Amino acid sequence: MSHLLSPVFAAGFFESEPVRIAAAIGTLVAVVTALVGVFTVMRGQSFAGEAFGDLGTTGGSGALLVGVGPLGGFVAGNVIAAAAMEAVGIQRSRGRDLATGIVLGAGLGLAALFLYLYGSEHSTTGTTVSILFGSIFAVASSTIGPVIGLSAAVVLITVALYRPLLLSSINSEMAAARGIPVRLVGALYLLALALAAALAALTIGTILSTALLVGPAASALRLTRRPLTAVLTAGAIGIGAMWLGILLAYDSYSWPPAKQGWPVSFFVVTIVFLVYLLAGLPEARARRRGARPAPAGERSAPGLEG
Amino acid sequence: MSLDGSGAAASILEVSDLDVQLGGRRILDGVSFRIAPGEFTGLIGSNGAGKTTLFRVILGLQPASAGRVAIEGAAGGRSRRALGYVPQKFLIDPDVPLRARDLVGLGIDAQRLGVPLPSRTRRERVEQMLEAVDAVEFADTRVGRLSGGEQQRILIAHALISEPRLLLLDEPLANLDLRSAAEVVRLLARIAREQRIAVLISAHEINPLLPVMDRVVYLASGRAANGTTAEIIRAEVLSKLYGHHVDVLNVHGRVLIVAGAGEDTDLAGHEGMFPGAGIPS
Amino acid sequence: MVNAWTVGSIVAVVAGVVGFFTVIRGSAFVAHAIPNGSFAGAAGASLIGISTLLGLGVFSLGGALAIGLLGRRGRHDVATALALVMMLALGALFLNFSVEYAPEVYSLLFGEILGISPNELVPTAVLGAVCILATAALYRPLMISSILPEVAEARGISAFRMELAFLAVLALATTMTVPVVGMLLIFSLMIGAPATARSLTDRPPVAMGLSVAVALVIVWASIAASYTTNYPVGFFVGTASAAAYACGRLYSAGGGRRVRAARREARRRAS
Repeated sequence: MSHLLSPVFAAGFFESEPVRIAAAIGTLVAVVTALVGVFTVMRGQSFAGEAFGDLGTTGGSGALLVGVGPLGGFVAGNVIAAAAMEAVGIQRSRGRDLATGIVLGAGLGLAALFLYLYGSEHSTTGTTVSILFGSIFAVASSTIGPVIGLSAAVVLITVALYRPLLLSSINSEMAAARGIPVRLVGALYLLALALAAALAALTIGTILSTALLVGPAASALRLTRRPLTAVLTAGAIGIGAMWLGILLAYDSYSWPPAKQGWPVSFFVVTIVFLVYLLAGLPEARARRRGARPAPAGERSAPGLEG
Repeated sequence: MSLDGSGAAASILEVSDLDVQLGGRRILDGVSFRIAPGEFTGLIGSNGAGKTTLFRVILGLQPASAGRVAIEGAAGGRSRRALGYVPQKFLIDPDVPLRARDLVGLGIDAQRLGVPLPSRTRRERVEQMLEAVDAVEFADTRVGRLSGGEQQRILIAHALISEPRLLLLDEPLANLDLRSAAEVVRLLARIAREQRIAVLISAHEINPLLPVMDRVVYLASGRAANGTTAEIIRAEVLSKLYGHHVDVLNVHGRVLIVAGAGEDTDLAGHEGMFPGAGIPS
Repeated sequence: MVNAWTVGSIVAVVAGVVGFFTVIRGSAFVAHAIPNGSFAGAAGASLIGISTLLGLGVFSLGGALAIGLLGRRGRHDVATALALVMMLALGALFLNFSVEYAPEVYSLLFGEILGISPNELVPTAVLGAVCILATAALYRPLMISSILPEVAEARGISAFRMELAFLAVLALATTMTVPVVGMLLIFSLMIGAPATARSLTDRPPVAMGLSVAVALVIVWASIAASYTTNYPVGFFVGTASAAAYACGRLYSAGGGRRVRAARREARRRAS
């Protein structure tokens, strides 16, 4: 049996310990990011999701400098950043990106400083790049416990907030009229996002963190309007993309040009991207048949459209 | 069904046999009417009747499944400079650094490249238009910080200052109280008369427009009846349009359109009744 | 050092001008994503041995095009995020095959003032002039399309074409800032300066002028601070932009209160 599958599953795939760990962590992160990601796309806060991934760099480099483990740095940095974004406090969807940008700019500036200070004692360039483009095959097994704990916390917060968050994401005025504390719900959601991105950026790198937060959820929301179905679909897409990406990365060790393997992030992102494009096909076909209007001049309106 | 009487040589807007399908539903069904230069036309229909869809097709924002729209004879709405448009819903960021007066000034030649050079003529034109829409008091406030009604007046000024030959307004009276609605209608009618601008204004309530309309296009069940108010606002015409018995009552010069007590006349494809359409608030 | 001041000033003016529209259009994410993603172009360029700047430019424009096309049908922020990660994934791929990391990585990302050579001056000035002229040319239609897209569309101004044009200018503007501010932090200058300016005035031309002025102050202060402390320029630009924005917010909040109090006083006196 194994020799039939060997072109697809290169030798030693299922026995490899790094692969098992990568698959396990990848699955966990895909599930958490799918849940938080659906709300992120609905609320039009992809920038915040991406920013928290980058801000992990600040937390991580700060942790390096101070000499503590990266997890604490990632989490603390993102929580502070989330608080700052809330403090800038613009609730309109267009204005929110400005607040995110300002906080991200300050955060990246600090990252520059931390990396410089760290680099004046150690060699920098490798660190910078590996923080920005991290690899899933390089996760330390000591972090697995805290990672699981953090994931549980994020899922707990999101599930507890599910209904009020859903209502205030679709129509914040109606939600407020029903007595939902929209501002508070939004702040708690932002905290969940900050933690989810910290955890994802730490384990699978900032690129995959953003890709998994936004891509599968956006694809799912293009295919269905029901939030629960969207979360499940997004989870399935995320898990599928991770596993396929890990498989391809493992196989690629025997590929040209240098026989050193292609990065997992490349495969996973490409898959996520392609799925998003494919998910847009039914809508495009319907539009060509004249059944849907062309959204002229529509920009960033929060809602359930993909 | 169209009682089109104009047949005038150069109509400013001509809609012929327009069909529009959206999400499998037929929103507009064989809509035809013509607007002559300088005519004040009301597009009346209840919410969901297809007024905004019709506007979007006229503006070229949405394709039609069949039929034709011609603006000043040019098909496909190519002659865009002849059009002014005031949308029903708009959201202006309160932080955008643009005063009401600046937005009106932009209306003069927004489609031209380059930076507008300040000149006395520009300033005077803007000032005139601000006076015409009674907006001088808040001309120097940020547009995004004005109330909805004030913003609407600025948008009207913005549309008018480009000297369009046809002005389209999508439900401008919807959120106004009776007195403000009457003021806006008087304002539009005066400017339209003075500058020979054709106006197409959509509304779900006909009474504020009765004093000034030259013609009415009445939308119901996706179909349109058009003619003068005397021709169209009659029980026989509207009943046939709705596919259901409708009474038209005249109360002190105002009109009350109500669903009648008679049996439904069944019409294939018709979705149901529109009870109490046009009851004044 | 003189080169740093000159190039820095050009960068600040361009950031102030292009940033003016970036903030109006709510395109902070795009301003961050395009230079961030174009880093992959630099990596790819060094891999095949061509000019880094060319690689940056190609990926910037490519990214801008991708965002414009994807954003036409899908949600705008999703389009930006996915275009960004796709570019970064390509960057990861290219870096994977590079034998050594180019030492310019750090300065490309966070800015460097000492290494600016005199022959970077002319290309930067030319590109800067192109950006400013393009923005000036697009001023009117871009303004109306950004604020009232449907009204603009009714006048024959295509929102999609305006978006593409703006994205192209943004891509060009962020590419040419590589020398001084660094790719990761140019966006903070591009949103911080105009966001500060709009807290200070209601009038568009004044807002653009102030945007340029604030950007110049931030860049000059950052170059001076970087020269004195040896800390990276990007650190000062990022934090100074945030500080400027905070000052602007405080000013308008305080000012707003003063104006409201004055109005209340006037009403009281009238009654």
